[in-house]
Amino acid sequence: MDSRAFDEERPRAVAAVSSSGTAPAVRCMGVVKRFREPLEADEAEAERGWRERIGLLGRRSRPVEALRGIDLVVPAGSVYGVLGANGSGKSTLIRLLATLLLPDAGRLEVFGHDVVCEAAAVRRRINRVSVEASFFKSLSAWENLLYAARLYGLPPRAARERSAAVLERLGLPAQKLRARVETLSRGQQQKVAVARALLTTPDLLLLDEPTTGLDPRSKREVQEFLGEIHAREGTTILLTTHDMDEVERLCDRVAILDGGRVVAEGTVAELKLRFAGSESADMEEVFLRCTS
Amino acid sequence: MHELSAGWGLLERNFHLIRRYLSWEAVDFFYNVVNAVTIALIGVRGGPSMVLYLLVGALLWNFLSIIFNEVANSVQWERWEGTIEYTFMAPIRRLTYLLGVSAWAVLYATLRTGLVLAVVALFFRMPLRAADLGAALVVLLVASASFIGIGLVAAILPLMSPERGAQATHIVQGALLLVSGVYYEVSALPVWLQPLSWLSPATYTLRAERAALLHGAGLGQLLPALGILVLFALVTIPAGYAAFRAAERYALRTGRLHRNG
Ligand SMILES: Nc1ncnc2c1ncn2[C@@H]1O[C@H](COP(=O)(O)OP(=O)(O)OP(=O)(O)O)[C@@H](O)[C@H]1O
Ligand SMILES: [Mg+2]
Repeated sequence: MDSRAFDEERPRAVAAVSSSGTAPAVRCMGVVKRFREPLEADEAEAERGWRERIGLLGRRSRPVEALRGIDLVVPAGSVYGVLGANGSGKSTLIRLLATLLLPDAGRLEVFGHDVVCEAAAVRRRINRVSVEASFFKSLSAWENLLYAARLYGLPPRAARERSAAVLERLGLPAQKLRARVETLSRGQQQKVAVARALLTTPDLLLLDEPTTGLDPRSKREVQEFLGEIHAREGTTILLTTHDMDEVERLCDRVAILDGGRVVAEGTVAELKLRFAGSESADMEEVFLRCTS
Repeated sequence: MHELSAGWGLLERNFHLIRRYLSWEAVDFFYNVVNAVTIALIGVRGGPSMVLYLLVGALLWNFLSIIFNEVANSVQWERWEGTIEYTFMAPIRRLTYLLGVSAWAVLYATLRTGLVLAVVALFFRMPLRAADLGAALVVLLVASASFIGIGLVAAILPLMSPERGAQATHIVQGALLLVSGVYYEVSALPVWLQPLSWLSPATYTLRAERAALLHGAGLGQLLPALGILVLFALVTIPAGYAAFRAAERYALRTGRLHRNG
């Protein structure tokens, strides 16, 4: 597949939105992110000097290019899907937007605020749900939610009302709030994580595989609920997923990443037409065509 | 206002955690008591003042190492739980986070050590008639500040190296125990090691506390030691804060805050 064809289109998309006055929810310009990853045991063995042997220097590492120049615009008020194979850089992109990583090059803006220089302004308007449920496992769900509420300056009573409403809607029994998080199933934990993210009424919700590991019914409940929140509160949602049905059900626009680059961008219908030749084609087909 | 709520949230969270791990707390506490008692018993042959000398060492070390540990391991603990990204993503100043952690450390260390003291008092008659308790308390307060500073500096280690950082904080703590004269006079150390004791605020704290509790030294006499401790706090707290910010930036650049998903 030829990814250069889209390179020409992308700058136009960026320009179109930036001239419209109000800032888009997310704008990425030439974003590059590199990590260092330790060498495999046998590679490292070959390069090992005495310093590594006695542990003076850390293990040898090599650079990994997680993102290689991402240009992306997420219009305010949209539901935007980011797809891509494992390791294509989706979570890295989300972490950059969540001010949990610093880019090596390029610029990222959330509602016009630079994520590096104006991290505080960005943090006030976002929240995030990650793949792994990140809780104090020995505390109850409510104690975790209360901690989150305090960090955001939300009074406990408002937090209780809001989280109870969200969890009821997501089908988590109220008494589960008092159970230790480690005794909840993965899906139940994920629902608590969604409730935590929504406590603060963010303008931009970053969802990293929010429905991975949920049973079909729970998945449907979470998806419907996200759709509701989006419709009712106008929350912009940036979502990564491996579930093609989810994309079709929720997303207005989609970007497909491959090897740290955007290889396709557009509405679901556009992508289907362009890559599978018909609007009635499978999204999976599009995914397979776009990713190496 | 919002920052206050966040600081309070940290205290509340830690309190909930302690409640959940209450059995571990109890075991830990039992060990603290046994440790203090056995060490004090070594001094029985040397008379009551020797017992008091050792007890001051044991209790003070208990107090200071709790402060150091709470501050230095705060990041490591959250990394282990997997909540670090959520705490760091919250719209609060890092200063608020660190102040919350420090306030908790002092509160918790005071409670824990106070309880150990209460139990230990059942074992020994402490000759405190000569003691200047007020001065001892002031020294304790000032010493807490300087230990918060060292804790902050040590807290950056787990940020810089998820694998080795926690080990490094143990080494710092061990080194302090060795050189500060907790159970002996610093002059008992080999001559080449003695200069290191000057770098530890615990050295001055212990000396001042013993002067106050054993010999009734008042604030006037303790002024030099207090001055040094204040100086320590004035240097290590801002330095620790700056180092923490720099380490955080380093972690955000290299992706060491959290590695998963
Ligand atoms: N903190 C980190 N340290 C080192 N390497 C990292 C780090 N985070 C990501 N990487 C590397 O960057 C690349 C992209 O990872 P990322 O987690 O963004 O992929 P992903 O698209 O989310 O994958 P998945 O679908 O499996 O979740 C991978 O090669 C990964 O090993
Ligand atoms: Mg991922």
